[in-house]
Amino acid sequence: MSEPMVEQLLDVTVTVNGRPRHARVPARRLLSDFLRHDVGLTGTHVGCEHGVCGACTVLVDGAPMRSCLMFAVTAQAYAVTTVEGLGSMDGLGPVQQAFLECHGLQCGFCTPGFLTTVTAFLCDNPDPTEGQAREAISGNLCRCTGYQNIVRSVLRAAELRAEAT
Amino acid sequence: MKPAPFVHHAPRTVDEATAVLADVGHDGKVLAGGQSLIPLLNMRLASPGHLVDVNGVCGLSDIRVDGSGVRVGALVRHAELERDPRAYAALPLLRQALAHVAHPVIRNRGTTVGSIAHADAAGEMPAVLALTGGLVEAAAANGDREVAVADFFLGALETSLRPEELVVAVRFPLFPPGTGTAFAERARRHGDYALAGVAAAVTIVDGVVARARLSFVSVTDVPGTLDVTEEFAGLEPEAAHWRDCSDRVRAHVAPETDLHATAEYRAMLATELAWRTLAEAASNALTVAA
Repeated sequence: MSEPMVEQLLDVTVTVNGRPRHARVPARRLLSDFLRHDVGLTGTHVGCEHGVCGACTVLVDGAPMRSCLMFAVTAQAYAVTTVEGLGSMDGLGPVQQAFLECHGLQCGFCTPGFLTTVTAFLCDNPDPTEGQAREAISGNLCRCTGYQNIVRSVLRAAELRAEAT
Repeated sequence: MKPAPFVHHAPRTVDEATAVLADVGHDGKVLAGGQSLIPLLNMRLASPGHLVDVNGVCGLSDIRVDGSGVRVGALVRHAELERDPRAYAALPLLRQALAHVAHPVIRNRGTTVGSIAHADAAGEMPAVLALTGGLVEAAAANGDREVAVADFFLGALETSLRPEELVVAVRFPLFPPGTGTAFAERARRHGDYALAGVAAAVTIVDGVVARARLSFVSVTDVPGTLDVTEEFAGLEPEAAHWRDCSDRVRAHVAPETDLHATAEYRAMLATELAWRTLAEAASNALTVAA
């Protein structure tokens, strides 16, 4: 259980929202901290740091994963999409728009994790039932909404996506 | 809630990985999906000096299905195995159990081999490996070996792997013809660690039960199997009283009390799930035969 005397620093480049982002970081830098501290994208929220709450969920090659359970150095092999990559202030993505319309958030802390998770879910299942929508968000915790409006938001996002195509 | 410092190693081949492991010995830990390991690092329940990150190692990402079974490479994510149609056709128990492994987001990253090497008796896939009588393929600089599941799990989070060994794959052998399987577990919330879980395999030959076996999640110290063939052999599945296995299950399991449930409740739950999964496995066996 010996710790190395000198912290190992690595040059890490991760593709985030289509842009290569570089920083010299300790080997132990979590992807969540790399995104927030080194890249300055603070949309990814850090809740529990052990994979339970889902707030830090980002898309890794399009698949939702916990950024607190991956090291930045490992993430170099993939393209990462954060909540900032899902839309802009002027042009919200369909999932963001649906959460806005359906009051799918209150304090907003958990929201980035829901938005990324739901975005990937609707790519796999564009027309989910309410039950499937609930199952899809079962790995994300929200302490404000009671989930009812989040489930509505998922179903509304599916409609918005269908209308857009 | 941040890991202690470590030296990161990124081998590109199995030989490079095993060379590093041999070099760092007990101070090394293998990182694959990290969905169990990184929480332990973040909480500093583990602080290895060296992390051997095998995510870039070639040749560990294959699922191979043949007449003898399903071979799963060390970098196959739970979600890939869960979705693989050939693996499901050969061994439905894989998908039946994988659907209960944490949440879909965790399954996107976590590996089946990693959860077996992690050897948590609250994990689903160690129980599946036990029920299939599977094999673990371990590579090392001083020679590769295969370890039968019965010799692999030693205790809580403890296996017979040596520090210099890397698990490159696990093999799940097929069940005999006429076998149906089922898996069930209960957790406080879907996706949480199970309070108790059961995998069952029932083989029907000439319309009667020829073999019936169980393995358990969260209620035994080590993933192992319970053979209940004696209770049901020769019975037509519709006539079998599957609850007759209850005493055997009670004697087999040794759950512990924690915040989420008492030992007595977990034992009751395991017993209830055992007869239900046996009944479902028998029903699935008849469907397979039909």
